[in-house]
Amino acid sequence: MSKTAPTKTPMVGQRLPLIDGVEKVRGRAEYTADFYPPDALAGRIFRSPFSHANVLRVDVSEARKVSGVIAIITGDECDVPYGILPIAQNEFPLAKDRVRYRGEPVAAVAAIDEASAEKALGLIRMEVEELPAYQDPRAARKAGAIDLHDDRPGNLEREIHHEFGDLEAGLKRADVVRQASFDCAEVTHMHMEPHASLAEYDVDRDRLTLKSVTQVPFYVHKRVAQCLSMDEAKVRVIKPFIGGGFGARTETLNFEIVACLLARAAKGTVRMKLSREETFLTHRGRPRTLIDMKIGVTKDGRLTACECKVEQVGGAYGGYGIVTILYAGSLLNAIYDIPAVKFDGYRIYANTPPCGAMRGHGTVDVRHAFESLLDQVAEELGIDPFEIRRRNLLSAPTRTINDLVVNSYGLPQCMDWVEAESDWKKRWRNLPEGKGLGIACSHYVSGAAKPVHWTGEPHAVINLKLDFDGGITVLTGASDIGQGSSTVLAQVVGEVLGVDFDRLTVIANDSRITPKDNGSYSSRVTFMVGNAALEAAENLKTLLIAAAARKLDAAPEDIECLGEVYRVAGGQDPGIPYHEVVIEALTDSGTITVKGTFTVPREYQGGKYRGAGVGPSMAYSYSATTVEVSVCEITGRVSVDKVWVAHDCGYALNPLAVEGQVQGAVWMGLGQALSEETRYHNGLPIGPNILDYRVPTIVESPHIEVKIIESIDPNGPFGAKEASEAALASVIPAVANAVHDAIGIRLTETPLSPERVLNALQKRDRSLSKTTAIGAA
Amino acid sequence: MAKSILRLTVNGRAREDAVADNMLLVDYLRETVGLIGTKMGCDGGECGACTVLVNGRPRLSCISLACSVADQEIETIEGAAKDGRLSALQKNFHEKLGSQCGYCTPGMIMAAEGLLRKNATPSDDEIRAALGGNICRCTGYVKIIDSVQAAAKEGS
Repeated sequence: MSKTAPTKTPMVGQRLPLIDGVEKVRGRAEYTADFYPPDALAGRIFRSPFSHANVLRVDVSEARKVSGVIAIITGDECDVPYGILPIAQNEFPLAKDRVRYRGEPVAAVAAIDEASAEKALGLIRMEVEELPAYQDPRAARKAGAIDLHDDRPGNLEREIHHEFGDLEAGLKRADVVRQASFDCAEVTHMHMEPHASLAEYDVDRDRLTLKSVTQVPFYVHKRVAQCLSMDEAKVRVIKPFIGGGFGARTETLNFEIVACLLARAAKGTVRMKLSREETFLTHRGRPRTLIDMKIGVTKDGRLTACECKVEQVGGAYGGYGIVTILYAGSLLNAIYDIPAVKFDGYRIYANTPPCGAMRGHGTVDVRHAFESLLDQVAEELGIDPFEIRRRNLLSAPTRTINDLVVNSYGLPQCMDWVEAESDWKKRWRNLPEGKGLGIACSHYVSGAAKPVHWTGEPHAVINLKLDFDGGITVLTGASDIGQGSSTVLAQVVGEVLGVDFDRLTVIANDSRITPKDNGSYSSRVTFMVGNAALEAAENLKTLLIAAAARKLDAAPEDIECLGEVYRVAGGQDPGIPYHEVVIEALTDSGTITVKGTFTVPREYQGGKYRGAGVGPSMAYSYSATTVEVSVCEITGRVSVDKVWVAHDCGYALNPLAVEGQVQGAVWMGLGQALSEETRYHNGLPIGPNILDYRVPTIVESPHIEVKIIESIDPNGPFGAKEASEAALASVIPAVANAVHDAIGIRLTETPLSPERVLNALQKRDRSLSKTTAIGAA
Repeated sequence: MAKSILRLTVNGRAREDAVADNMLLVDYLRETVGLIGTKMGCDGGECGACTVLVNGRPRLSCISLACSVADQEIETIEGAAKDGRLSALQKNFHEKLGSQCGYCTPGMIMAAEGLLRKNATPSDDEIRAALGGNICRCTGYVKIIDSVQAAAKEGS
């Protein structure tokens, strides 16, 4: 974890393009659906047309008669439930006796081509007894509602009640206590690559190879083996290029298991490519979240208490639900100094596609509520929104009231920069009618301190291979999903070893070749896998230094490495080139493989209360965002004209990639703030396509100015922390606060769509005219 | 489905294939020709990932029938390189991080190529207008605009 002495060719801190970028711009990058094995069968899924029903019979007899159909499977094919959390596995890859959302997989067909599979799907019949379906949380929670899951009465998957500090005393001490309710719509990842899997079953050896669109090949490996009752060693999981994830692919998804079941049943290879509509149905996005937030503040702007009730409408199955609701509470902390925090969380089942992890997992909507309410209180107290935040900063290092450890904290610098760049002091409250400025802050973990499967293994393992040709191969299970993880790992290794970047090759995500990794989620890769890469590189360097020492007849501690030259420090000798050192190092030993690991120490793994495992991380990243908006009072349309964001990522291993991640996160937040929401009519998704699910196009996307703040975390690789998630959450309240600056209205629902803004404007105008009328009388 | 003989040029090479009358251009390119660089991101006409050039103009290959481009010149991302080297757009999308996950990239580059051929010095707003039908979920578009501008300066 120590900073290695600088070499002649610095590699971290450099704006390097992605190590796999050339393949992408040439169109050579192969994504899962780009593989067309000649013998592959087309796999298709039959999905439930019912939102909630007892399944009496699934009749595939007519479908089987279709020429070209090789196999059809139903819920009978697999009796083993799955789910990402070992404590909440309540889903089957194909529904058994109950379907709980429209679009839930019920049967699957493998056929010689898409047309035959399609024809067979049309002949599958489902006999059911329909049940009342609930999309609204109040309906699902109402007395007498049918339970989606028998072991979860009242359709309550989990409730959490946490109180840290003395809430009552805190509220009593406050001069102002304000409460507000928020309703944040469900949103979804909408990664550009539709879901796909390619499953190859080797009937002679009873082995299975799965290529799939996953961020977590290791978890997929485990679940597939579990659901197929296969020895894990007989399963191989390969992650090809992935067209984005944003959390959608951080758990094993039904179609991945179905493709494998189907391949085994068909005794061959199944290529399963989901449509965009099916990709929407698979979902796992951010749940609709209802929030009641109360904060207490003294008249000089010090927070005394926060009370927060959160209901998440999590859809039909458990998934990550328990983790999502815990994050909503735990990360109320670790950004400001709040002496008392009470959290009541409710995760509710409903007859909609299951929710899951999405960028800023669990924290985003709660942050929106908090930052909006804080803005309101600041206004009431006559304190500048920046100033009220400054009065409540943490002072690192610190341990929060819920046992989160903050060692590095660049939030103050983030705020200073966005304040100056947006010319806040001059322009806030002084822009023309219909224009406004808003500020908000946010934070996120750099890797969950507790892995999903607690096996006692390190959190991350990296292997490095050095061979006769002098090439160094980085073997990692960390999933590059476009965020640049392979690039960053190569940079870390290259920095330590001082070799040219071209010597480095990263091989990622083939369970037969690469070491196990928990995957790309909770922004863990740079921090955890980066640290493992650092250790591996240092281990390899020790061997190279020893070889150079032998060759130069000197003590290892006297050897210095200047790029690809090793020499005796301070000596006159020009030293020996890298390739000679490699030959010496390989003498007698042959090909060298070394390992580096990383484990989160116990003191960072959280407190001793129930639910303490979600929220702890070795480091937290921080963001501050100001946005400038224009609101059209005729159409209700909010346009974001400019965004300034400063993000504390500890240390930017690759500033170009950090900027890209921060801009992407900000933009995704803009979508949630302005236009994105999944909508259902009687459980039927309305518009599961890219035209109706409105992500911002390039036309309405503003310039996003990014400043990287480097707080140098003591435990991060070269001081680095996460860069991909935190900024998202600050954007939504920043937009809402800017809209308030523009039109004087606080909107508590997201997205701030034209109809919501218009409704609010009309309500305001009605109450104004009422006031005027009364005044006139 | 009836088949017809389709004659056309793909990335400068003349081809002649028996193609089903209902085959989409994207499927023809990916499955018949084997050029998998052209991507499908949606169920038809929503995202722009499948953009190719037909006689130099951007077209969505997922809502075009293969038979509708008979005798025309098709260009895909695989044909974008110049003399074997990355084109200015490819190079700048790579170096300026206009591409993250890369899935929208081929369509994005082809749409930008179509723009630069008729407007060698576009303004940011002209770039926005030309790429308005190409969705990217990773970049927030900032570095895409940077990439296209840098390519325009170098001369595509």
